Amino acid sequence: MTSALLETENVHLYYGEKEALKGINIDFKPNTINALIGPSGCGKSTYLRCLNRMNDLISGVKITGTFNFKGTDIYAPDVNLVTLRTEIGMVFQQPNPFPFSVYDNVAYGLRLNQHPSKTELDEKIEKALKKAAVWDEVKDDLNKNAMAFSGGQQQRICIARLLAVSPDIILLDEPTSALDPISSGEIEATLMQLKSTYTIIIVTHNLQQASRISDTTSFMLNGELIETGQTSKLFVTPDKQETSDYLNGKFG
Amino acid sequence: MDLKSPSKATNEDRRGRIITYSCIGIIIVLVVSILYFIASRGLATFIQNHVNVFRFLTGTQWNPSLLDSHGQPEVGALPMITTSFLVTILAAIVATPFAFAVAIYMVEIAPKRGTKLLQPVMELLVGIPSVVYGFIGLTVIVPIVRHIFGGTGVGILAGTLVLFVMILPTVTSLSVDALTAVPMYLRSASLALGATRWQTIRKVILRAAMPRLLTAIIFGMARAFGEALAVQMVIGNAALMPTSLVSPTSTLTSQLTTEVGNTVMGTIQNNALWSLALILLLMSLVFNLLVHFIGKRGEIK
Ligand SMILES: Nc1ncnc2c1ncn2[C@@H]1O[C@H](COP(=O)(O)OP(=O)(O)OP(=O)(O)O)[C@@H](O)[C@H]1O
Ligand SMILES: [Mg+2]
Repeated sequence: MTSALLETENVHLYYGEKEALKGINIDFKPNTINALIGPSGCGKSTYLRCLNRMNDLISGVKITGTFNFKGTDIYAPDVNLVTLRTEIGMVFQQPNPFPFSVYDNVAYGLRLNQHPSKTELDEKIEKALKKAAVWDEVKDDLNKNAMAFSGGQQQRICIARLLAVSPDIILLDEPTSALDPISSGEIEATLMQLKSTYTIIIVTHNLQQASRISDTTSFMLNGELIETGQTSKLFVTPDKQETSDYLNGKFG
Repeated sequence: MDLKSPSKATNEDRRGRIITYSCIGIIIVLVVSILYFIASRGLATFIQNHVNVFRFLTGTQWNPSLLDSHGQPEVGALPMITTSFLVTILAAIVATPFAFAVAIYMVEIAPKRGTKLLQPVMELLVGIPSVVYGFIGLTVIVPIVRHIFGGTGVGILAGTLVLFVMILPTVTSLSVDALTAVPMYLRSASLALGATRWQTIRKVILRAAMPRLLTAIIFGMARAFGEALAVQMVIGNAALMPTSLVSPTSTLTSQLTTEVGNTVMGTIQNNALWSLALILLLMSLVFNLLVHFIGKRGEIK
């Protein structure tokens, strides 16, 4: 049994008075795809945003619990947010490329704190776009505005933009819900390839998607973690009644 | 029920359409006649009084009552053109950093406090009549300039400072709009890639908002270019080529407001002023085209 890359324990989160997460414990092992499922409003995005501290930007948020990433607490006062977010990166629901060229998009993270040479940059950008499986579609248009591509291509450009800064963990919040089935399929294929190098945590409403690509699945309901385990097991023989109800479309 | 005769709703619809179209018609007629009037008057200088257009644009002597060595009226508009452009560009250069800084503060850094504090200030600045700005310029800025640089204190520097304050709210509020229009998700995207807030502002927000920020500057310049009263009070009103930032001179607008009462319709003196007005009109057209052009190019979809 390999040990977990990221362990979260007893995570509580309050938006002001409202308790949105009520004690979540999930561990993530390296080189796995982990799905978070659950009905709308159960706190999936909220939990995901805790993992790269994007909730810090929202005022009135209180977070307790432990988040152990490679042996350090990511909420420790001396944690460098910049480093953290390059190690635990995020892809959003809506493709959100910058209104710049594809090249500048992917170069963005690389240029933030260093001044890589042109050749170094070219190399890393090509590599990132290849890993995100979008290189063939954009290689002749690197100077074209990223907004001019299709939604699926934009999303993969966003993935490439993230891969360029070589994160350990990739958080994806419903990355395919704004996309057509073909583009979604391409993103899924991309994620499967990335699994060998990265650890992926993906929120999805698409249960087939979760069962197709993920190794573990966690089912959340009303801010609580109902069940977490191997996808193959959870989808076939869930332990909890709520899980089986949800999987059978009884609510959500 | 009679299906053939028009219903009440149809009648109302038709009436509404008639009212709308006649209003639009009146406005179009008005605009066209204004354009025609200014153009025909402004061109009379060249057609009736046979002034050479090139000499008009490059001449530095403005004295329409006198004839020059070629036997033509002395109507060299270059001093006014130069001064107008100088005060406009300088005011924009001075106002832009302030406007951007205030806008960034209001949108990115302290949206609540910044907006509560600065919004009313900006609205107040917009609401102050230009004659008041001119008056303040005359009683405060001109003496200070005189004290520091000597001379009379009037001129391009004083004009620039007055215009700077006058266009600041315009440029600021349009810059605020430009920054607000940058979608939230771009900020998240940048922060999630490990950028600091300042890096996000500099590398994403300002860049994404640049076309609209440029538009904001151009609107400010258009306002500065067309401002007459306040400038007239501090510029010196001497149709002379500016020799420094503190020498008395004249802008197109100040020359118009100063001289227009002293001329008789149809004379060369009067026609020459219309030619200045024509330049103003053409320039505002240029500003509009610029805004249009930049807006087209910078559309974020
Ligand atoms: N910024 C916020 N301020 C206050 N409450 C919030 C905020 N964001 C989310 N919430 C609340 O927290 C709860 C969990 O929201 P969250 O967005 O995490 O749900 P979700 O599981 O991602 O839902 P969905 O599937 O619709 O994306 C919801 O009740 C929501 O209303
Ligand atoms: Mg969500």
